[in-house]
Amino acid sequence: MTVQTPLARVQGLGAAHSGTGHFWRQRITALALIPLAIWFVCSALTLIGADRDTAAAFLAQPVNAIAMALFVIAALYHMTLGVQVVIEDYVHDEGPKIALAVLNNFFAWIVGAACLFALVRIAA
Amino acid sequence: MAEQARTAPAARPLSPHLQIYRWPVTMATSIAHRMTGLALVAGTLVLAWWLLALAAGPQYYDAFSATARHPVGQLILFGFVWSLSFHLLNGIRHLAWDVGIGFDVHIANRTGIAAIALSLLLAIAVFAYAYAVQGLQL
Repeated sequence: MTVQTPLARVQGLGAAHSGTGHFWRQRITALALIPLAIWFVCSALTLIGADRDTAAAFLAQPVNAIAMALFVIAALYHMTLGVQVVIEDYVHDEGPKIALAVLNNFFAWIVGAACLFALVRIAA
Repeated sequence: MAEQARTAPAARPLSPHLQIYRWPVTMATSIAHRMTGLALVAGTLVLAWWLLALAAGPQYYDAFSATARHPVGQLILFGFVWSLSFHLLNGIRHLAWDVGIGFDVHIANRTGIAAIALSLLLAIAVFAYAYAVQGLQL
C-alpha cells in the first residue's frame, strides 16, 4: 500500500523533484576528481614560480593537456553541483534563487570554454 | 503593567546557535569543506587566467606572473592550493562516509585532524618546491 500517485511512482523522483541524480553526479565527479586533483596538485602546481616556456612546454605535452582538460571539466561540473546546494540552502526567495542558479551554470560554461580554448591554443 | 507584559516578547528558551557550541573537529571540517569549496570557485578564475595568459603570449603572461609573485598574490595562491588540498582530502572522508566507513566519533575526529594537517603539509610542500626549485621569491 502506498500513498504515492501512480504518476509519482512511475517518475520515482520524490520530494526534491529530481530524484537522486544530483547526489549521484556529485559523487561520480568527486571520484573522478581524486586522481585528477592529485595530478593537479603534484604536477601542475609545481609550475608555480616557473617561467613561461617551462609552463607552456608542460601543457603542450598531450598527457598533461588532456589531464588538465579533464580536471577543468570535472571540477567545473562538481562546482556547479556544489554551489547549487549552497544556493538552495541560503536563498529562499524563488526569483533570486533561480537567477543565481542560472548564473551558476553560465559561470561554469564561460570559465570552462575559456580554459579549453586556452589549452587548445597552448597545445597546438 | 499588564499591558506591557502582553507586548514584550516572552523569555522563552531559545535553541542554541553556532557560537554556543564548543567546536568539534567534525563541525570545523564540515564548515571548512563548504568554505574551501566556495573559495575554489574563485580559484577557477585564477586557473582560467593562468591558462589564458599562457595562450595569449609573453606580455600577458608577464602580467599574470607579476601579480602571482606579489606577496598578496602569493597569499591568494597559497589559499587556493590549501583550499584544493583540504577539499580533496576531506572529500575522500565524505566519500568514505557515503559507503559507511569511518563514522565512529573517534575515527571521524582523527581523520578530520589528519585532513587539516595533511592539507597544510601538502600546500607548504608545493610552495617549498616553488621556492627551492622554481626560484619563487617573497
